Amino acid sequence: MALTDANASPQQYLQRLSRWHPFEIAFWLVTLLPFVLFPNYLSLASQVAVGALFALSLDLILGYAGIVSLGHAAFFGIGAYTAGLFSKFVWGEPLSGLVIGAAMAALVGYASSFIVARFRHLTLIMITLGLGLLLQEAGNSAGWLTGGSDGLQGVEIWPLFGLFKFDIYGTTSYAYSLAVLFLVFLFARRLIHSTFGLALRGIRENWVRMPLIGADSRAHIRKIYTIAAAMAGIAGAVIAQTTQTVSLEALSFERSADVLVMLVLGGAGRLYGGLVGAAIFMVARDQFSGIAPQYWYFWIGILLVTVVLVLPNGILGGLSRLYARRRPQ
Amino acid sequence: MLPPVLGVLFDGIAYGMLLFLLSVGLSVTLGLMNFVNLAHCAFAMLGGYVTVSLMNELHWPFFATLPMAFLAAALVSVLFERTLYRRLYRASDLDQVLLTIGLAFISVAVAAYFFGTTQQPIDVPVYMRGSFNVLGLNIAAYRLFLVGIGVVVTLILVGALEYTRFGAQVRAAVDNQRMASGLGINVERTFAITFALGSGLAGLGGSLAIEIVGLDPNFAFTYLVYVLIIVSVGGLGSIAGSFAAACLIGISDIAGKYYVPQLGAFLIYLVMVVVLMWRPSGLFGRR
Repeated sequence: MALTDANASPQQYLQRLSRWHPFEIAFWLVTLLPFVLFPNYLSLASQVAVGALFALSLDLILGYAGIVSLGHAAFFGIGAYTAGLFSKFVWGEPLSGLVIGAAMAALVGYASSFIVARFRHLTLIMITLGLGLLLQEAGNSAGWLTGGSDGLQGVEIWPLFGLFKFDIYGTTSYAYSLAVLFLVFLFARRLIHSTFGLALRGIRENWVRMPLIGADSRAHIRKIYTIAAAMAGIAGAVIAQTTQTVSLEALSFERSADVLVMLVLGGAGRLYGGLVGAAIFMVARDQFSGIAPQYWYFWIGILLVTVVLVLPNGILGGLSRLYARRRPQ
Repeated sequence: MLPPVLGVLFDGIAYGMLLFLLSVGLSVTLGLMNFVNLAHCAFAMLGGYVTVSLMNELHWPFFATLPMAFLAAALVSVLFERTLYRRLYRASDLDQVLLTIGLAFISVAVAAYFFGTTQQPIDVPVYMRGSFNVLGLNIAAYRLFLVGIGVVVTLILVGALEYTRFGAQVRAAVDNQRMASGLGINVERTFAITFALGSGLAGLGGSLAIEIVGLDPNFAFTYLVYVLIIVSVGGLGSIAGSFAAACLIGISDIAGKYYVPQLGAFLIYLVMVVVLMWRPSGLFGRR
């Protein structure tokens, strides 16, 4: 395949990248199974879908553009608090809350992208960590607005389209989260298989050389950072609407670390990496924390060390290597 | 009579000395190998638990446990360096972050398993508990002791780095690793020794910190943030930078908690972001 790439025209190359693989169709069919097989676990399934969306947003900046962020929860939290406050003070219609949450996160993301695009390596990691912690402290101090450590109370979401109530069974929640995840995923997939997506991968591989061939690294980073922030905001808005509460945990460092683990576990730089990683991570956490909640992080630690040493491209990376070995062409 | 602002300043410097001990090792090893070691505070926590165990189980005096905390942290860290870390020296930032954050997670769970999640009590000697008056200022004996240790450690470090053969090798390797190895310096060995010394100092800092900030399994993460802030503000591989940054952050933190408590830790994060935006490689950084 790699040989023919050189002879194909750029349009053909991009078109072939964006063709739907049977595995992908199978994957999205599987996401419908919880409705039939695990009707008691739909709330968990809904949280998995949100986690997957959040991990996908991190994948765009980390996996594709190579920006290591330890403060991505900032945008998740902004989306969650915006959607929560919007339903509390304006009205509880979910879709408009979603748009407002995404817009707010995008705005903050755009503002901070000017800082982020200037730095690389350790300084970048520290800046993202610092901005995330700043926001968490701000959320904690602004108790009159956010409810502080008690969480935001009084979030009330109207039924979706005026028909489907967000009830305790989670049917509406899961359908809603899954639909949002799918739509955002389609957008991300289109983005990655465009020339813009190719430029991002170029920036990841060599930040200095890309401007020389006409792709301004900083402008590209600003764009993708804003887009990823909006997507994380959508994920936060969905969790606020489906659980009808927001806690400070939405802004915390733990959440930034968790989403990083999910993405790396699944495989960064692959569209489905974050999705698969989030599913495995959250189902495992649900099962393990039933047994011994305080030792959950022991297994996360073991997992991280193993992934780095044995599976450098995550589970999907390992699987695709196996698959490629079976079919030498 | 001295104004109370000097008291805040003194407490801030004492706290800064603690942070300096915790962070200086990471600063030097980061400058040397560019290895992002987020498990650094796990070694500090190990030192703290060594002190607690020796004092409470074997009834050792406090001061006798300090060298053991240093040694334990140094030995365990070099063990990890030789088996795990060295495989990733050429790997990406992300892989290093993931491996070491994984180790930090494991250390938190292991500490919780053996010692429980509660704060560990220790009894420092009676003469360390008191405080005395200097021109109307209340000076706590233990904090004065911390400042003393901080100054002594800084002098030893600067002296060793400036005037010994090994120090010259470390400086050469920080400046230009390839050139240093071209001149016949065994950079890997230099790094292993520096790594052990740095982690040992963190272990010492961990034991000294118990009296001031307490010790529980979350220590590995709570202070990691402070340590990273100091390292990135001070600049990689610079002892003077770490010292200045530790004082800056210690004073900002204590002054913030004293004068504007509603801001919480907001102030130090703000200091860090502002310093990094002004000078991306830190106050004393060269790269």
